[in-house]
Amino acid sequence: MNVAATPGQGKRMLTSPARVGVYAFLISAAAFFILPLYIMLVTSVKPMEEIQLGNIFALPVSFTIEPWRAAWGSACTGITCEGIRGGFVNSLAITIPSTILAILFGALNGYALSFWRPRGANLLFAILMAGAFIPVQVMIFPLVRILAMLGLFSSLPGIILVHLIFSMPVMTLLFRNYYTSMPQELFKAARIDGGSFLRIFFQLILPMSVPIVIVATIMQVTGVWNDYILGLIFAGRDNLPMTVQLNNVINTTTGVRLYNVNMAATILTSLVPLTIYFISGRWFIRGITAGAIKG
Amino acid sequence: MANVSIRNLNVHLDGNEIIKNLDLDVLDGEFLVLLGPSGCGKSTLLHSIAGLNEVTEGRIEIGGADMTWVDPSQRNIGMVFQSYALYPTMTVERNMSFSLRIKGLPTAEIERRVQRAAEMLQLEPLLKRKPSQLSGGQRQRVAIGRALVREACVFLFDEPLSNLDAKLRNELRRELKMLHKQLGSTMIYVTHDQVEAMTLASRIVVMRNGLIQQIGAPGEVYEKPENLFVAGFLGAPNMNFIRGSLAFTADKLTFVATPLNLDISGYAFRQPPKESQATTLGIRPENIHITPSGRLQGSVSLVEPMGIHQVVWINCCGNMISSIVHETVEYRADQPIRFDIDTSKVSLFDQLEQRL
Amino acid sequence: MKTKPLRLSNTLTSWVALVPMALIVIIGYLGTVLWTLKISVSSSRTLPTHDFVGLTQYLRLFNNDRWLLSLHNIAIYGALFIIAAIVIGFLLAVFIDQKVKGEGLFRTIFLYPYAMSFVATGLVWQWMLNPEAGIQQAVRKAGFSDFHFDWIVDQDMVIYTIVIATLWQAAGLVMALMLSGLRGIDEEIWKAARIDGIPAWRVYISIILPMLTPAISTAFVLLSTAVIKLFDSVVAMTQGGPGIASEVPTKFIMDHLFGRANIALASAGSIVMLITVLALIAPYLYARSRATEHKGAE
Repeated sequence: MNVAATPGQGKRMLTSPARVGVYAFLISAAAFFILPLYIMLVTSVKPMEEIQLGNIFALPVSFTIEPWRAAWGSACTGITCEGIRGGFVNSLAITIPSTILAILFGALNGYALSFWRPRGANLLFAILMAGAFIPVQVMIFPLVRILAMLGLFSSLPGIILVHLIFSMPVMTLLFRNYYTSMPQELFKAARIDGGSFLRIFFQLILPMSVPIVIVATIMQVTGVWNDYILGLIFAGRDNLPMTVQLNNVINTTTGVRLYNVNMAATILTSLVPLTIYFISGRWFIRGITAGAIKG
Repeated sequence: MANVSIRNLNVHLDGNEIIKNLDLDVLDGEFLVLLGPSGCGKSTLLHSIAGLNEVTEGRIEIGGADMTWVDPSQRNIGMVFQSYALYPTMTVERNMSFSLRIKGLPTAEIERRVQRAAEMLQLEPLLKRKPSQLSGGQRQRVAIGRALVREACVFLFDEPLSNLDAKLRNELRRELKMLHKQLGSTMIYVTHDQVEAMTLASRIVVMRNGLIQQIGAPGEVYEKPENLFVAGFLGAPNMNFIRGSLAFTADKLTFVATPLNLDISGYAFRQPPKESQATTLGIRPENIHITPSGRLQGSVSLVEPMGIHQVVWINCCGNMISSIVHETVEYRADQPIRFDIDTSKVSLFDQLEQRL
Repeated sequence: MKTKPLRLSNTLTSWVALVPMALIVIIGYLGTVLWTLKISVSSSRTLPTHDFVGLTQYLRLFNNDRWLLSLHNIAIYGALFIIAAIVIGFLLAVFIDQKVKGEGLFRTIFLYPYAMSFVATGLVWQWMLNPEAGIQQAVRKAGFSDFHFDWIVDQDMVIYTIVIATLWQAAGLVMALMLSGLRGIDEEIWKAARIDGIPAWRVYISIILPMLTPAISTAFVLLSTAVIKLFDSVVAMTQGGPGIASEVPTKFIMDHLFGRANIALASAGSIVMLITVLALIAPYLYARSRATEHKGAE
């Protein structure tokens, strides 16, 4: 193989034909990944007559935003036909408290585990981590009964509590790992200065946790917003999140299927997490790698 | 023949001129050290010799053959890196034999070469171990072994000791020196540590900003530095510098920096000195002797005990002059003392910092 | 002398702070698992009965065609999905790592599907694979009138459509993991390999890949848990159809918990799933704890 070195590089740079191959691969892969997004967008602005012509790849001839209006305000999500805007509000009502509470508890747990280390806490933590792997189905029926006993089944507080339960492991892990990598000296100095458990937490640790809070927020918002199964079971008819309503719109309609409305609804449902993704960039990836390195 | 010959080398990286019009001859079997501060181009030069850098202009010959555009693996070189870069998931044996297996050499030949290298480097008991199970010194030897089995004729070292603590560094430095004695191969070594350079090199190349400042044996570079930069780079504590001028009197030539007045008639000037020429005088601390009968006067500013000697900082004539004292005499701060400067060991530099 | 009471109150506070976590672990995890276990050895239908029938439900489970089909499906799906995701994720990472222009753009494109919900993914692909108006029709209209791509309504092929859709979603994640692994590899290893004359592809296979074992095993664990949990995508994309051709264990359990009112059978299925998951992650966690012990000893 001929040398075509970029100066100072140990890594072998591929020669021109190989470089063309690299770009060819990446561009075709990119095309595969973008295709569904393209089709979603294009379908959502076509009138049904065009869609029935059967060319899914074609750009719209007559552009229309009617499907979007319908998806938002008049699509049928079961019995009512008021679009998925209700779901949007519900998803907000579910996601925001879940995120705030999960981060608060996760931070508190991580803080207690990494700085104070009470006895037996590590065992508890280990079980918490193992618990993250337990399939949801194992826990559903008991959880339904427990929530019913507490009078929280099919309610907003109920679904928030459920999300809290399921997100504890990852949140605790995130914060614990972050705090263990912080210098212990800061904490020791604060204790010498006479700080109490809560005071040190709120006045020293939490303000220093901004990066991990950002990562945790991204992960939690994305996870809760995109959830389907928990919302389906625990939220109750009045609080169904957008994902559940979306599935209802598309898969439980009788009669003519309005593909353009469906796609518009799909985009609307994905708007929040996608926006977070496109804006947060590196933070999103940090979240993946931080959460993935379990323990 | 394992000499390296570099002519008119120019290397531009990322739009910067790193190496400019460099000529260098590395002699067969010598231990050449490229010494200089960060960014002086020494690593770039080494990488260019290895073929890891693209050369903008110039010619590199290894063993008499033009290797300027040849693939690194075809240059008959071996290279040892700062991190040793051993393949972590392979045993010592596989690390050493990997390149030979790629080349497709017969198994018997591969075994023979690995055995021979292992014997020379005392790696036989370690052949089945992985790099993570080796000590720093053992890793260094494996890295060298990797180059040995390829029957390299020139060995390149890129600051291999920089990551180590002082004690290990001294130990491995001695091992390297013994290895060179044993193998007799040409070795080109890059470092920013002048102690390493002085102890290991048969010749030192001092570099700065992509240009060679001086090439010479350690003694020569130390005692007769070509310019102010080289003078200040080698030696710890640094060479003392005093600014002044030259003055002709009836029978002698003196260096004047009031109240200093030194007879430097014996100095080997390269060009005739001029009256009142602005000159910097350089004198190393070990050539300043504190003695009651000294001709010069000053007072003690600071004393640094080093164990084997003391460094006494003298306040004199507007300068802080360091002196190395071997006797166990105690000096107190502000103590007035007398000292002598050994004028046979001075170096003189002109306004352009070049040796006079 | 405020130290002693303060210390006591601090330890107490830290315990109190961990109470929610303790509750969740004990009631939420251990409690629910035990409860489900109890139901699975009873004959409960709509509501829990408190009898004990031994392993009857489990026997019924493994005599149930739908359950067996769901296991068959998840096994095929799992093998294909995991292998393909790791291979494609690895290749994407390797190619992106070649100092290409627009690396950030490529990364963004490959990873955005991961930000979408499983439901949305299933729905989009359902639309794209629609035989009448989706890709099959579009290609036919372009002239290839014999083109067939109706896998989604084909009983034998439908499981592959789910593989494709979820692969589209997850490959970016694997790529992100591999990329961070690749970036952690010492640059000097590459230089040494060049001097040794080792061709690039060989470096990747013999040197880099073994060094990426931690990243690969992390990816494997994440992907395996995703396989077990596969639910949303199937519900959205095929509803388990055509017929029950794309049935998966999670859907089986959910259907029996709610629609078909047989919570004992469903619980038995859940426990089987749990055991499978534990069997998968136990060696991983064990190896992890051995590794940290090793590091501690060094």
